[in-house]
Amino acid sequence: MATQPGPEPRRHWLRILFVLPFIAMLWVSSYNRLTPELFGFPFYYWYQLLWVVIAAVLAWIVYKAEG
Amino acid sequence: MNWSALIVFVALFIFVTWLGFWAARWRAGDLTQLHEWGLGGRRFGTFVTWFLLGGDLYTAYTFIAVPALVYGAGALGFFAVPYTILIYPLLYLVFPRLWLLAHKHGYVTSSDVVQGRYGNKWLALAVGITGIVATMPYIALQLVGMQVVIGAMGVSGDGLVGDLPLIIAFVILAAFTYTSGLRAPAMIAVVKDLLIYLVVIAVTIFVPMKLGGFGPIFAAVPAAKLTLAAPAADTYGAYSIYATLALGSALALFLYPHSLTAILSSSSPGAIRRNAALLPAYSLVLGLLALLGFMAVALHVGTNPAFADGFKRYGNSFAVPALILAIFPGWFAGIAFAAIAIGALVPSAIMSIACANIFSRTIYRGFLAPNATSAQETSMAKLASLVVKIGALAFIIFVPVPYALQFQLLGGLWMIQVLPSVILGLYLRMLNGWALLAGWVVGMGVGTWMASTTSFKAAVFTLSFMGVHFPGYIALWALIANVAVSIVLSALLRPFVAPAPMLAE
Repeated sequence: MATQPGPEPRRHWLRILFVLPFIAMLWVSSYNRLTPELFGFPFYYWYQLLWVVIAAVLAWIVYKAEG
Repeated sequence: MNWSALIVFVALFIFVTWLGFWAARWRAGDLTQLHEWGLGGRRFGTFVTWFLLGGDLYTAYTFIAVPALVYGAGALGFFAVPYTILIYPLLYLVFPRLWLLAHKHGYVTSSDVVQGRYGNKWLALAVGITGIVATMPYIALQLVGMQVVIGAMGVSGDGLVGDLPLIIAFVILAAFTYTSGLRAPAMIAVVKDLLIYLVVIAVTIFVPMKLGGFGPIFAAVPAAKLTLAAPAADTYGAYSIYATLALGSALALFLYPHSLTAILSSSSPGAIRRNAALLPAYSLVLGLLALLGFMAVALHVGTNPAFADGFKRYGNSFAVPALILAIFPGWFAGIAFAAIAIGALVPSAIMSIACANIFSRTIYRGFLAPNATSAQETSMAKLASLVVKIGALAFIIFVPVPYALQFQLLGGLWMIQVLPSVILGLYLRMLNGWALLAGWVVGMGVGTWMASTTSFKAAVFTLSFMGVHFPGYIALWALIANVAVSIVLSALLRPFVAPAPMLAE
C-alpha cells in the first residue's frame, strides 16, 4: 500500500456548513427569476453557477479544519 | 462525409487505444487479483481519482443529453447543476467512512459491504443485481452519445453497416478493459478531460464573441424557457420537480457501481475528501455545457437545412454536434467529437468493470463457487466484463433509442433503493438485513409502479396531500417508502434478533 490510511478524522463542527448548499439549491423559488443580470447571464443561471464555487469553498474549509 | 473531422477523430481514437493497452504496465500489480484488476490496486491518489471520478460522472451522455434538454425544455434542464452541487457534501460526509470499512475488510463492491455488515447474502444479492440491472442501460446510453457524434461526421448507414463503427469501438474497449482493468480508463480519463476542457473553453469563448456576448444568447431564447414556470396556488409544480430531480439524482449517483469503484480505488479517505472540494470544477464545465443548448438555439441550428437529417435521426441529442459543426472547422470538430466519444469509452469501461466485480464477487463466489481462488475470481470478472459489454451493445442495436431512455429512467429509481442498505447501515445500528430486504422490495415495487403509470415515459409522479400537489422525481418518493419500511420492520424485529456489530468503528 502506497499510503497508510489514518483513522477517520475528528468530525469538526464546521461540517454544519454542508447544510447551506442544500437549503440554497432546494429553495427553488428564491432564485427562479431573471434579474439582476450579471455579464449578460440571467440571475437563475449565474446564481446556481456561483453556488458551485461556494460549495467547493465550503468543502475546502471543512477539509482544512479537520486537517 | 466530413473527412478532416474523421481523420482527426480516428487518430485520437488510435492514440487512446494504444494508451489503454499500455496502461497494464502503469504502476504494475498482480492483475490476477480482483482488487488489482478491478480497483487498480487501490493506489490512485488525489490527482488520478479526480480524473477517474470526473470521467465517471460526467459522461458522453451528459455532454449530449444535458444540453439537449436545455435546448428543448430550457431552464428545467439546468437541474444538472444543483444536482452536481449536492453530490459533493454527500461525497465528503459519507464515502471516506465507506472507504475505511472497505479497506479494512477487503471489500470490492457495495454488496460486499452489505454482506459483511448484515451477514445476509440475499440482501447482498439484491444490492448486486440492482447495480448490474441499473448500469446496463446506462452503458447503452453512452453508446447513444457515440452514435450521435459518429453520425455527425457523416458516417451513417442502415442496418449492420450503420452500426459497424460502434461495434469496432466497442471491441477495442472490451479488449483493453480485459487486459488492463481499471488502469485503462484511469489513464484515458486524463486525455478525455483535457480534450473536453479544451472544447468547452473554445465554445464558450468563440460563440459569445461571434454573437456579441452572453446577453444576445439568452435574448434569443423564448422568455418562457429562461426560468421555470411559476406554480399555481395548489401545487408546487415545477419547483418541486426541479428540487426533487436534483436531490434524487444526487442521492442515486454514488450508489452506482461505477462511482463506488472509482471511490474505492483511491488511495486514502483524504484523497476522497480533497476531491469533494476539487471535483466541482467539473460542475462549472457542466453548467457551461448546459448553456450550449441555448447557444444552439441562438445559432438557429434547428432550422438549418444542413442539420435537418441529423435532427430527424437523433432528435434534440443532435443539438451539440450541430452547434460544433456550425462554428468550427472540420479538424476541430474532429477533436470535439473525439472528446465526446472518448468520454463515452471511459465510463463504459468503468461501468463494465464495476458490474464484473459484482458478478464475480457476489454471484459467482457468493452463490456458484464459494471455494473459488482469487485468480479464478478475477478471470471470471474479466469474462463478465465482456458479457456486460456485449449485452449493452445488443441493447443499443436492437432497442430503439427512446426505449433506452426509459430504461435509464428506471435505472435511476432502482439504483437509489440500495441507499438504506449501503449508507444508512453505516450510521444506524438498529437496521436488520431482512427488514432492509423488505424495504428494498417495497421501494422497487412502488417506484416501478409509479413509472408504469406514466407508461415509463416520465420520471415525475404527483403526490397529493390535503389538496396540495407535489409533483416530484419518482426515485425519491419510492425511497421514502423504502426507508419507512426498513426502519419500522427493523424496530419490530429488534426484540427477536441480535443487532449487527458496528463494523465501521
